[in-house]
Amino acid sequence: MKSKNNVSTLPRWRGLALAAASCVVLAGCAAPSNPQDPLEKFNRATFAFNDAVDRVALKPAATAYKNVLPGFVQTGVSNFFGNLSDVWSSANNLMQGKGQEGMSDFMRVAINSTFGIGGVLDIASEAGLQKHDEDFGQTLGVWGVPSGPYLMLPLLGPSTVRDTAALPADFAADPWTYKEPVNVRNIGIGVRAVDQRASVLEASNLFEEAALDRYEFIRDGFMQRRQSQVYDGESGPQKDVEKEDAEPAPASNTQVVPEPASPAPDTQRK
Amino acid sequence: MKPIAQLIATAATLVFATSVIAAPAPAANEAPDVLVKRISADVIETVKADKDIQAGNRNKIMELVNSKILPYVDAEKMTMQAAGRFWRQATPEQQKRLSEEFRTLLVYTYSGALSQIKNETIEFKPMRNDPADTDVEVRSQVNVTRGEPITLNYRLAKGAQGWKIYDINVLGAWLVETYKGTFAAEINKSGIDGLINRLAERNKQLASKPLKAPK
Repeated sequence: MKSKNNVSTLPRWRGLALAAASCVVLAGCAAPSNPQDPLEKFNRATFAFNDAVDRVALKPAATAYKNVLPGFVQTGVSNFFGNLSDVWSSANNLMQGKGQEGMSDFMRVAINSTFGIGGVLDIASEAGLQKHDEDFGQTLGVWGVPSGPYLMLPLLGPSTVRDTAALPADFAADPWTYKEPVNVRNIGIGVRAVDQRASVLEASNLFEEAALDRYEFIRDGFMQRRQSQVYDGESGPQKDVEKEDAEPAPASNTQVVPEPASPAPDTQRK
Repeated sequence: MKPIAQLIATAATLVFATSVIAAPAPAANEAPDVLVKRISADVIETVKADKDIQAGNRNKIMELVNSKILPYVDAEKMTMQAAGRFWRQATPEQQKRLSEEFRTLLVYTYSGALSQIKNETIEFKPMRNDPADTDVEVRSQVNVTRGEPITLNYRLAKGAQGWKIYDINVLGAWLVETYKGTFAAEINKSGIDGLINRLAERNKQLASKPLKAPK
């Protein structure tokens, strides 16, 4: 944690400053860095675990799936499971009061299950009925339940406290949960997971390049995306906060109240 | 009367001519959504027509980004917002370096995204802003072959050189907002110079890494 910036040329000052800086840094480490993430320690540990499983098992499987299976088979798999999820999306849209989207999703299921041969062909999209991704967590959000802290779930990935509480409803409503025999069901769950991983393979490679800290990047991106999903594309009241933060007026320097975490950069810089 | 009439006519033509010449160039007056549509269409056409780019030729892609996209991006404003309150604490030298490194990182990232365009189409949603606004949001979506369409929104601000993009939203997440947490954490850990060095390191890494050829 040695600072390369010139604190001072006097060695005595440097020692003192370093000591002060390290005290503050340690204090900074104890405080949560993000108010949306009070469970950061747990989340980071789970993220590391998920990452390990991903690198060792899921990503290689998804890469092989993507490279080996013919395109139309991958599309078929994706459409089949997509059709099953449309049933619950339709119900959630209706519960959120979005009648038009609800009926549209219902029509998707009807068309794809029949003309689409059990959902393997996605005829509804070509007919202009766009796919919606609605789950019970979003429904709760629309009903006014706040998202709660960020929560990284083992194997299932990023979530929030509200969405985790909604998961049992999602599982119960998933038609595939009732598929018999059990071994076919489990194979299906595995294939679905691999297919979903394969569909975000390139995006995840992009994250590795774009992010300085993948955990934070994924968390901050996910929380925004979740908010956007609940409100179907509206980002909510965030905009005003950003504008206040970015005011370039030089006069405001004198009014800046130093916050507990910021003495560290100050001591290091000057 | 004739010479006077002629004089008046000449004077009028002169005035008219100069006013036309003095009028600002049309590009600076382009409406923000027209600008974004034009850039998007241009970039996508270029990608689709160029086999090299589709094969992952990093230099060509970066050239494309630098020539067709960057002139319309206000990297300094982006960096300023991502750095938040720390921007005011940075020296002008640090601000300049930080903007440059952040911009380079975004160029690498954006290039990676561009090389994966295949058959997607972009649909623009109607603008909801007042024509007198100087800060607008342009909304669009990328229609992909499978799954939900991908939201792609832009925030633009009107400056002296016309409209410039200062934030991008993909799938619901604003870029500036997403980097804020990382910037703040890094600055708290090792100062603004630490952040600059980290970005510079990452850019060096990305420069040496070949772009993956899409399937």
